[in-house]
Amino acid sequence: MKAEYSQFQAASRIKSRDQVHLTKIAKAIDTYDNAVAEMQSRQYVNWQKACTAAAEIKECALHDLASLLEEFEKNISGRGAKVLWAQNAHEARQHILSIINAHNARKVVKSKSMTTEEIGFNEFFEGQGIEVFETDLGELIVQLAGEKPYHIVTPAMHKSTSEIAQLFHKKFGIPISDNAEELTMAARAYLRNAYVTADVGVTGANFIIADEGAIVVTENEGNARLTISCPKVHIVLVGIEKIIPKLSQLSLFLPLLATIGTGQQITCYNSIIRGPKKSDEMDGPEEMYVILIDNGRSDIYRNSTFREALRCIRCGACLNTCPVYRTIGGHTYHTAYQGPIGSVITPHLCGFTQWNHLSFASSLCASCTQVCPVNIEIHRLLLENRWEAFKGKHIGITWKFSLAFWAFIASRRSRMNLLRKVVKPGLKVLTKLLPASKRKHIPEMSSKSFADIWSAYGQ
Amino acid sequence: MNISRANVSLFIPCLVDQVYPEIGMAMAKVLRYFGYNLQYHQQQTCCGQPAFNAGHRKKARVVAENFIEVFYNDSLIVAPSGSCVAMVRNYYPTLFQGHAREEQAVQLSKKVFEFSEFLDREGLIEKITGSFPGRVGFHNSCHSYRELGVKDEPFKILDRIKGFQLLQPKGESVCCGFGGLFSFKFDEIAATMANTRLGMFTSIGVNTIVSNDPGCIMHLRQEAQDKNIDVEIIHLTEFLVIAMDLK
Repeated sequence: MKAEYSQFQAASRIKSRDQVHLTKIAKAIDTYDNAVAEMQSRQYVNWQKACTAAAEIKECALHDLASLLEEFEKNISGRGAKVLWAQNAHEARQHILSIINAHNARKVVKSKSMTTEEIGFNEFFEGQGIEVFETDLGELIVQLAGEKPYHIVTPAMHKSTSEIAQLFHKKFGIPISDNAEELTMAARAYLRNAYVTADVGVTGANFIIADEGAIVVTENEGNARLTISCPKVHIVLVGIEKIIPKLSQLSLFLPLLATIGTGQQITCYNSIIRGPKKSDEMDGPEEMYVILIDNGRSDIYRNSTFREALRCIRCGACLNTCPVYRTIGGHTYHTAYQGPIGSVITPHLCGFTQWNHLSFASSLCASCTQVCPVNIEIHRLLLENRWEAFKGKHIGITWKFSLAFWAFIASRRSRMNLLRKVVKPGLKVLTKLLPASKRKHIPEMSSKSFADIWSAYGQ
Repeated sequence: MNISRANVSLFIPCLVDQVYPEIGMAMAKVLRYFGYNLQYHQQQTCCGQPAFNAGHRKKARVVAENFIEVFYNDSLIVAPSGSCVAMVRNYYPTLFQGHAREEQAVQLSKKVFEFSEFLDREGLIEKITGSFPGRVGFHNSCHSYRELGVKDEPFKILDRIKGFQLLQPKGESVCCGFGGLFSFKFDEIAATMANTRLGMFTSIGVNTIVSNDPGCIMHLRQEAQDKNIDVEIIHLTEFLVIAMDLK
């Protein structure tokens, strides 16, 4: 058994029994569910039509991916931003390291970015002696707690106010308070100093706009705006699939993302960044770098079955609706992207050998597909991943043999009947060979099969 | 009642055949009540979903080929499981893409129906009368709900029966945690999911959960038994046999 799989199994068993965790997450997601349902009906006459339109735009963007990225590069470069391409996480880190070194930077402020999680940003740069400050409140909480984000949209969803109060008391020396506003003010005071003293600001991007040559960052706290505008250097790390053709299409995407992501009409701050500070401008970074990262995305792109996974706008809806995510929580996945969409893309980005088990850790209830605002058939892609895992010989011999044996039996009625005769009396003995936890999952066979009953009385 | 003489072929899922034959018999009783000529092919085994969902498409095809051979000549095929119907309707065309039986798989996918959608499509729901005691909630299987879009049909059926109080958890249908091999491989996640789902019903006072899928029923019953949760879990066909007093 692969280490990643064992780790997942062990962690998921613990979480499945953790009533406190289950209750906390259920409460948090119920609040989200209500907010989303209300905003969908308030803001949209036909939510599904908006989703279809968004899916079509993303699909068109993927169709013209290369030329749109070049168009973006040309347009934003014309205003002085530098565009760098990174084939993988290593290249992205090296690009960023060179920029940091060129500016003798020691302190970095970061706004929330899952792409930086993907390249292991914090571990790597802290290892280089760089001070890294997460500025999104949720991200700051998990950073201070020495944890990873729990959720791609709400990274500290699993933390109660009292846990945060304890944490801030320990880290900031403030009195323990159950007042969210007081806690937020403490974080604010801590971060203000970081913004004005940081050498580099790092953000992700929610969208890349080809025709305008801009990147778009949506947020609720103003921390991304400060991260972009206070330090002298702004680095954007963004996946190539975030491209959309036109600026005008934001009128669809920004409310769509806000509605499904957090149940808001629109997020509080939406920044469209077209380049570094101009010579006649007072504010803004002197230099801007956009690192376009591939890191396995073009492998997904080249596979027509999986390409639709690149439509994802990282809204988090599939995590929230997923009964598995709601049971095991975000940390159990041990991936940058958790939940159903994470289980779809992680094997492609990080390897089937280590990560194919995630595609099996789903009941295929299709709730993810139902809520996806860009109509990705997530559960169908999980099924496709399972097939890929089989084709790629990532499935253990026991499973393979069991399924082959089952198929041999289940492909002929005569074999099924024979097995029933042989197995039924011995089934209790057979099930005893299984570990206790599995034993109860072997259903007791009825004394007569339907076929038996039918031939005796049915007709 | 004797309103129809059409032939209906019984698609008895392997789980019903081997573990819950009473569900298959209940479906047969309801269909017979409506006057259908019932056919049961003794050669049928399984639709192949266990291997398909495990990713082993080659082996799934071996089993599905038997299914096609057995059912291909039928015109109406009915099953007491949305999940098995979804396998044939939604995934056989994919499974057999580029194979010799592709056309047969596509044709067959159009002739297979889940029990409640079949009654609705045949206009039989309004002919149902009966009574059932207690406080009832309905658990729709995810595959019937999302793969087949069977959403209102079971409730239209329940609506014809008097005597009970319908108590339904708010919002979309939620998974019971079965998921076939999933509940074996990830048994604790699956058990907690079942517990969560049962809680949605018991917390509002339901004492009988009616469902349309033997997989969900098996999984929910296991958890209810394990945790001593006092709730009956029965199939929609069994519910109708009791409510309509069919012999």
